[in-house]
Amino acid sequence: MSQFGDAAGTAVGLVLEADPTLVEIVLLSLRVSLSAVVIAACIGMPLGAWLTVSRFPGRRLVISVLNSLMGMPPVVLGLMVYLLLSRAGPLGEYGLLFTPTAMIVAQTLLVLPIIAALTRQTLSDLHREYDEQFRSFRIGPFAGTLILIREGRYSLATALLAGFGRASAEVGAVMIVGGNINHVTRVMTTTIAMETSKGDFSLALGLGIVLLAIVLVVNLLVSMLQWREKLA
Amino acid sequence: MKSDGIQFAPGQAPRSATPAKADAAHIAPADRADAILPLELVDVGYRAGDAELLRDINLIFDGRAPSIILGPNGAGKTLLLRICHGLLVPTTGQLRWRDPQLAMRPDSQAMVFQKPVMLRRSVAANIRFALRVSGVDREQHAARVARALEAAGLTPLAERRANHLSGGEQQRLALARCLAVQPRILFLDEPTAHLDPAATRQVEALIALIRDAGTRIVMVTHDIGQARRLAGDIIFMHRGRIIESGDATSFFERPSTAEAAAYLAGELLW
Repeated sequence: MSQFGDAAGTAVGLVLEADPTLVEIVLLSLRVSLSAVVIAACIGMPLGAWLTVSRFPGRRLVISVLNSLMGMPPVVLGLMVYLLLSRAGPLGEYGLLFTPTAMIVAQTLLVLPIIAALTRQTLSDLHREYDEQFRSFRIGPFAGTLILIREGRYSLATALLAGFGRASAEVGAVMIVGGNINHVTRVMTTTIAMETSKGDFSLALGLGIVLLAIVLVVNLLVSMLQWREKLA
Repeated sequence: MKSDGIQFAPGQAPRSATPAKADAAHIAPADRADAILPLELVDVGYRAGDAELLRDINLIFDGRAPSIILGPNGAGKTLLLRICHGLLVPTTGQLRWRDPQLAMRPDSQAMVFQKPVMLRRSVAANIRFALRVSGVDREQHAARVARALEAAGLTPLAERRANHLSGGEQQRLALARCLAVQPRILFLDEPTAHLDPAATRQVEALIALIRDAGTRIVMVTHDIGQARRLAGDIIFMHRGRIIESGDATSFFERPSTAEAAAYLAGELLW
């Protein structure tokens, strides 16, 4: 037991004294996951908004697929991106495999369906409520959607946080496409997995503390937003 | 030489020089509805799949007296209202406004729904929103909002969240929006359907106020008492057709059709 006790003590020490290795890993993790969420938001929110107001054959199917993709297993996605980016793959010539870019690509694809589907859900509920009133006001579909986005801003922020939570906590996709290379693609989750299998718990626990704190803050923000929305 | 701008001969006031947006505020109330009315419905019908929901609707809305569309559930009253307001396109027939372009402007027409729809903003912000989308000049907003809030008895609630108000308060806010925008014609779809008598009385008073300010009222109800209180003329509908229409007093005293007589006698039409 004392082995874990020592490891926990060292871990807290690493966090408190901002150990350079730990900080480097945390910063890369944040860079990858935040980039992925920003890119996914730039694509996913307009996509969700468009699916709310557009009508075309197969729209329901697209929405169902999008909803199902929210549950995409990260390792499967990682495998697909790996095949895409590997030397022999269609995008192999860019040499992106085992780079942070590859990890951002994988996590973007992982988060995109979450943001798009939650955006569509939020805006659809609002659209149902406001559509007739907006048409009565002679507000066009584009302007109307912008107003819906403003009205649904708390739910939409929740969707972004859900995406970030998913990205920062997943290990499968970044492990496969990043390769967990020291100083290059090593992020919190992959380091925890590796250090644990080596039996070296202090860095793993230290990163675990940071990751847990991030996830807790994200979820606190989500509940705060939901609380604000109830008041709004 | 003084450069005092362009001169106009008397009687040649430049119409184009007055911003169109300011019209509603400057012209006399009585003229407002006249600019777009009459609205004429010619052989209007509406079909959804196999069901013929409206047919042979021939109507002219002119004059100033409020029109009340009366009839049992499923008669097609709401549908007719939505077609008049342009929310639905009739499958047959035509709508003819006196000035179609003017009629389609957002400050010309408004509609109040059975269940009011409010933005998740304050009461005052909801009125400001309506003024903005209707293209009313920004410098008029504050005064119009204050006046509408006062008339609707909503001044103490001005900063409250509109979507947290009671049903009656929300409906008064919906009418306050119309009071602020002063549309030329206002369509109301059973605005008191979910309200208790006290709230109904307040809503009816607001409708009267909007009417007196020069807005043409077209309202659907199946409350005969309400129709008696507000109607100038009556359009009585049953099963997608207009059975009888005309002056309210004679409709209530001497209905000329058996259906209308039965409806007024409280019998259940179906």
